[in-house]
Amino acid sequence: MPWDRNQMAERAAAELEDGFYVNLGIGIPTLVSNYVPADYDITLQSENGMLGMGPFPTDDEVDADLINAGKQTVTELDRTSYFSSSTSFAMIRGGHINLSILGAMEVSETGDLANWMIPGRLVKGMGGAMDLVAGVQRIVVLMDHANKAGESKLLKKCSLPLTGQAVVDRIITNLGVFDVVEGGLKVVELAPEVTMDEVREKTEAALVG
Amino acid sequence: MGKVYQDAASALDGLLFDGMSVAAGGFGLCGIPENLIQAIKDSGVKNMTIASNNAGVGDFGLGLLLQDKQVAKMISSYVGENDLFMQQYLAGELEIEFNPQGTLAERLRAGGAGIPGFYTATGVGTQIAEGKETKEFDGKTYVLERGLRMDLAIVKAWKGDAQGNLTYRKTAMNFNPECATAGKVTVAEVEEIVPVGTLDKMSIHTPGVYVQRIFQGDHEKRIEQRTTRAA
Repeated sequence: MPWDRNQMAERAAAELEDGFYVNLGIGIPTLVSNYVPADYDITLQSENGMLGMGPFPTDDEVDADLINAGKQTVTELDRTSYFSSSTSFAMIRGGHINLSILGAMEVSETGDLANWMIPGRLVKGMGGAMDLVAGVQRIVVLMDHANKAGESKLLKKCSLPLTGQAVVDRIITNLGVFDVVEGGLKVVELAPEVTMDEVREKTEAALVG
Repeated sequence: MGKVYQDAASALDGLLFDGMSVAAGGFGLCGIPENLIQAIKDSGVKNMTIASNNAGVGDFGLGLLLQDKQVAKMISSYVGENDLFMQQYLAGELEIEFNPQGTLAERLRAGGAGIPGFYTATGVGTQIAEGKETKEFDGKTYVLERGLRMDLAIVKAWKGDAQGNLTYRKTAMNFNPECATAGKVTVAEVEEIVPVGTLDKMSIHTPGVYVQRIFQGDHEKRIEQRTTRAA
């Protein structure tokens, strides 16, 4: 059985280490915060200018001046600090954030990432994604293995405009966990009952090891 | 010379002209200079280039300036929430220069700090770096990005004083401090003007030297994505 969204998020939470400063992307990566081990001290960074992001507010706590990078209302914690956008991205670009978990449209076997535009379709912009993949210490992509048409999203070469070149360290899909290594993608782990044959059939990128 | 003005219209008097460039603070609808945007709309000034992380929504924020096609070009990182923007963009009426969010912030910071350009790894190997100079430092490639200096900066802060000192509140700070430094003239709107000397001097985010005009305004503070959990 391939993992569902929540199981993917739970698997991605195993990438966290105690004491990490982490930036979570929009979509499935946001769910990772539900699976942080209780005895871990994890600080979430929100690139609009907040370190130490708390959960969504109750109705009484909603504050228009307190949102996350997805523009959702959030809360602060005792540890929280606020800062301006250039300071926020200095923290990101300067390599001070340990881990970012991001969604993607395509990833190549050399770790290229495409997640910001589809030519000919409406272009919304890259937001902070290019800065995150260029600066954060470790980049983990969390995405479905195939697109809606059933085509592999793990490719030899990305067909879409890149967000970053050779930036991805690890890919977690509904089928398993893959590391970007010399020569292609190394299978680290498979979801329960998923076979190597199924992974080979559904993966365009070179699989090694 | 007093910096305090009665309202947005008087604070902008003499500063607006067709074809001007403007840096606008805010992230989404959070911490945007609502009153100044409305006054710029009312002024009818045209053909503006606006550097702002986002473009507002159809009927609020910078979206208001799109309604009468006052904007020729946006320099932004994300414009996904504005249908009007998309219509004008697809019709060829509006130009967009996408900047990575951190690059935009740093361009404004650098411009305000007298730094005409800087090298960053952000965007290397992507279309953002096309046509730009690159340079290798310690075996890694970086792309040259230019500092931004704009004719006018419009910012929103929580509290300010007659000296132009500003403090921001929570994540409503975002791009406002950078924009405040990047304007040839900077106009700030605040929720409250307090007597000089009453702001905590160690918690002033934007020192008054950056702010030429200031006024107190009313703020709707619209929320884009109200997301809550059960009490």
